[in-house]
Amino acid sequence: MPNTQELQDLVIQVRRDILRMVHKVNSGHPGGSLGCTEFMVALYNEIMDLKDGFDMDGIGEDIFFLSNGHISPLFYSVLARRGYFPIDELNTFRLINSRLQGHPTTHEGLPGVRVASGSLGQGMSVAIGAALAKKLNGDDHLVYSLHGDGELQEGQNWEAIMYAAGNKVDNLIATIDRNGQQIDGSTEDVLPLGDVGEKFKVFGWDVLEIENGNDLEQVIAGLQEAKGRTGKGKPVCIVMTTEMGNGVDFMMHTHAWHGKAPSDEQLAIALEQNPETLGDY
Amino acid sequence: MTKYTDQGKQDTRSGYGAGMTELGRTNPNVVALCADLIGSLKIDTFIKENPERFFQVGIAEANMMGIAAGLTIGGKIPFASTFANFATGRVYDQIRQSIAYSDKNVKICASHAGLTLGEDGATHQILEDIGLMKMLPGMTVINPCDYNQTKAATIAIAEHHGPVYLRFGRPKVANFTPVDQKFEIGKALMLNEGTDVTILATGHLVWQSLLAAEALENQGISAEVINIHTIKPLDDKAILDSVKKTGCVVTAEEHNYLGGLGESVARVLATHHPTPQEFVATKDTFGESGTPDQLMEKYGLNNKAIEAAVLKVLKRK
Repeated sequence: MPNTQELQDLVIQVRRDILRMVHKVNSGHPGGSLGCTEFMVALYNEIMDLKDGFDMDGIGEDIFFLSNGHISPLFYSVLARRGYFPIDELNTFRLINSRLQGHPTTHEGLPGVRVASGSLGQGMSVAIGAALAKKLNGDDHLVYSLHGDGELQEGQNWEAIMYAAGNKVDNLIATIDRNGQQIDGSTEDVLPLGDVGEKFKVFGWDVLEIENGNDLEQVIAGLQEAKGRTGKGKPVCIVMTTEMGNGVDFMMHTHAWHGKAPSDEQLAIALEQNPETLGDY
Repeated sequence: MTKYTDQGKQDTRSGYGAGMTELGRTNPNVVALCADLIGSLKIDTFIKENPERFFQVGIAEANMMGIAAGLTIGGKIPFASTFANFATGRVYDQIRQSIAYSDKNVKICASHAGLTLGEDGATHQILEDIGLMKMLPGMTVINPCDYNQTKAATIAIAEHHGPVYLRFGRPKVANFTPVDQKFEIGKALMLNEGTDVTILATGHLVWQSLLAAEALENQGISAEVINIHTIKPLDDKAILDSVKKTGCVVTAEEHNYLGGLGESVARVLATHHPTPQEFVATKDTFGESGTPDQLMEKYGLNNKAIEAAVLKVLKRK
């Protein structure tokens, strides 16, 4: 297990990857990616029990589904730096003939990805299916998933939320990235979500909160707490408050960087705020 | 003429149920999902014998398709079943992204396809599903013709790796294919050799085509009848071999002529061997309430419509 400083270094390096990837192709989604960096770094490097290498079935290991597929720059950087594919391949993000499609897919055979996502609201159903398969296989490993808060406006989520509680899918930990922002503005202006945790609770989930999802130690503690609550008859939901664009001052406190790449000057400033730690790709 | 006789009318959905019963006993990786329509899909025996391998998702088809996709991760072979309307159009994006584009080994099994579910009317009928599903890259599309073939197809698709759309129906229809006939995906079946015209039929229209061929024979017309149970991948060779001999073709399906079997055949012919073709299919319309026989008569999908189409296409040779 890496120590906290090593994980923090990785967080900074992943932020640099995200910024450089979207800048290079002048497209992609830096805001949500930066907001969930601590979460995904902790998940893949501290929390999940992973086998070496990759196979689709993932039997005998924890598996993860990214439902809000637009934060692919973060997903790709974390997967590459965890060893799923060469770090150099981050250079091909969103380019023609790349395995690193704009939104994650299995179609090009990128190791680490188990389902296409990007058309929102579908990941929780898939995660439930994979959790049911684990139970059928007698595999006591866990299934993790990440969802945007705005994504909860898609009705399919509520079918899935109802199903998971009703059928005691208690080997699933679904995390909601509660950054309060979506493309058109604040979630509460676009279509109010209200108290997300309460909603999961009344549907029958075990709910906990990570008050600051950009505090690595809080994220690790929250995920460990969530692990301890699995296997008790209820699916587990983490409502994790994050700051979109975290780590880059001008990208924070706004929805403006949901799907916009920085200019050359903006990139230079952003990278200055996140000095190289483990080496750029 | 016909060497096929009706062994007794049965519904194709019961063929699906029987296939599932057998798969439940022979393939431990097969799991079943249903959206509040167990009785209609005839899977009671599978559920009774394998309760741990059945997932009742309730009236939530989008979630069902996603759960089915997830179950493949871990090596399961999910058979997700409901009415054809709710198994396709209602959940098209879930099938597109989570199943087809994600290369998931999900079998989408759809009953009550076409007009012949009858009295429930157009909200529950679907005449667009073949088109919707065949347009998805990598999706196999199968429409068996009777009970025996539906059972055989259900068993066969479990052995095929990749997403499959299996379409069948509600009414009791002639059961005429051999009980032990092996189902080969993508391999058209010659039912009656002929020299004047080719009839390419799928689903419930296969039996109607055999009836038509018998009547045509009495008028001195030799009709070749081929059962195109697999619409995708289409058996191009069987189609071309036949039309090169007969010089004209009628396609017959319980589906809109836009997007159905007929258009797939027309593409093959236009590319390799342009041939006069007539379409027995619905003509860009929704259905309505009525008995199955009344609907097939009104919308021109029975043996008489096939006969008329043959006489018409013969004049175009």
